[in-house]
Amino acid sequence: MSEKPPFTVSTFYKFVSEKRLMAAKCNECGTVLLPPKPMCTKCLSTNLKWIELEGTGKLVSYTVIHIAPEQFQSLAPYAVGIIELKKGLRLPGMICGVDHEKLRVGMKLKIDFEPLTSSKWPAWHRYFFKPI
Amino acid sequence: MINKPLVSIVSAGLSKFGRLDGMYGRELFVDAAKEAFDRCPNLNPIKDVEALFVGHMGESYEHQGHTGPTLADWAGLLPKPAMRLESACASSGAALRTGIFAILSGIHKVVMVGGVEKMTHRTTAEVTEFLAMASDMPFEQWHGITFPGLYALMATAHMHEYGTTEEQMARVAVKNHHNGTLNPKAHMQKEITVEKALGSKVIAWPLKLYDCSLITDGASCVILAHPDIAKKFTDSPVHVIGSGQASDAIGLYEREKLTTLKAARLAGQEAYGMAGVEPKDVDVAEVHDCFTIAELMAYEDLGFCGSGKGGNLIEDGTTELGGDLPVNPSGGLKSKGHPVGATGTAQAYEIYLQLTGQAEKRQVEGAEVGLSHNVGGSGATASVHIYRRD
Repeated sequence: MSEKPPFTVSTFYKFVSEKRLMAAKCNECGTVLLPPKPMCTKCLSTNLKWIELEGTGKLVSYTVIHIAPEQFQSLAPYAVGIIELKKGLRLPGMICGVDHEKLRVGMKLKIDFEPLTSSKWPAWHRYFFKPI
Repeated sequence: MINKPLVSIVSAGLSKFGRLDGMYGRELFVDAAKEAFDRCPNLNPIKDVEALFVGHMGESYEHQGHTGPTLADWAGLLPKPAMRLESACASSGAALRTGIFAILSGIHKVVMVGGVEKMTHRTTAEVTEFLAMASDMPFEQWHGITFPGLYALMATAHMHEYGTTEEQMARVAVKNHHNGTLNPKAHMQKEITVEKALGSKVIAWPLKLYDCSLITDGASCVILAHPDIAKKFTDSPVHVIGSGQASDAIGLYEREKLTTLKAARLAGQEAYGMAGVEPKDVDVAEVHDCFTIAELMAYEDLGFCGSGKGGNLIEDGTTELGGDLPVNPSGGLKSKGHPVGATGTAQAYEIYLQLTGQAEKRQVEGAEVGLSHNVGGSGATASVHIYRRD
């Protein structure tokens, strides 16, 4: 992907399949867009570039889901949270590899990537978070 | 100073809320419409009602979209223009606002606004999946985050930032269950205790079964008229004096804060400003308690108390029937039930009853100013309406 891939959710997940956490950055005003959007929502410019994010952050909030939709029932109960990567840049995702009793607001987490994807639409790879 | 009416409510109707086997959504809507017609004998619906705006969240439940003309047909309103408004759980709040626009535009003088959802014939897993469609697909649904999960994320943040407790959330459920026992149309008709709520099954920690609103079948409507002609239809109209609506990011994770719904704050400010009233002037409110934490956040977002003080307000009894500002006398979404598309105008129905002295055992004595607060999804939509009696 040496030329500029489109600033879409699908491209974001294509990067995830390559184990990379990428966001769009506006060349005009410097706003970082996560999730990426085709146009900067601060200054409305379409002059954007892809930047790679480090993938570490702190847990802003969490929950443990016991009642899940059918496709996630085999995983329940599972933890999900919102992770702040940098000020104002947040992503939600599952939190794996931690005892649910030990989840705490503020704990440090890092992103990891699942090797497999589901065959169902939209067939994106998933990322998740785990303790550092 | 209280400002002049935008529109006037001349009648309102509500179906029974509950598990209504064998009834299709359109038939529930007839129950609501018929009550509204019967309440207002001076109105000839076939002649006078000029348009229908209905809230309906999901065609998945009944495999039925195109809800506007479907309901117009069953309610005897053909060939009047009819359309559906979809804003998740705020769909009929949006329909109400659209009805106001229709009258203020000068195009229509009398319109019906309402909403419907038929949900209970589906399994909990199916309903969980359908409701989740109102959240962000690529980053929330795709990672297994459910609707209770989103409000649980808000609850965890509120507990962390302000020290709000699970017991304070349980008290919201206890209050609203009590109010529901006073409302014959409420889905639940049973008192619960704080202990029972705290001991119920975990859905998405820290939210338990009794922190969650109900999967319910139901329909609701109100009939709006231009204020200049409202008295032609009824001696006791209720006036809508403020309407506010705002949007926020579809993804909870993109919002500035997890402990407040910015869209609700903005919608409230707009409605208060338009109405010329302040939070302290409100005598009765119906707020969107889809989860108990949502009612505590509504107290804060609507200015009934300061940020982080919602837990205190439920503890000191202010929002109970008999308190200074009763909230959700109908039982709310928690006990009356939450047929999502019907909720916004079901709130307007309750305020109409309260401000016309027809709320029977749950009547808030002397109520003059009412407020409804309807939230879509995890807060990407919020609409607030303010009402006063004639």
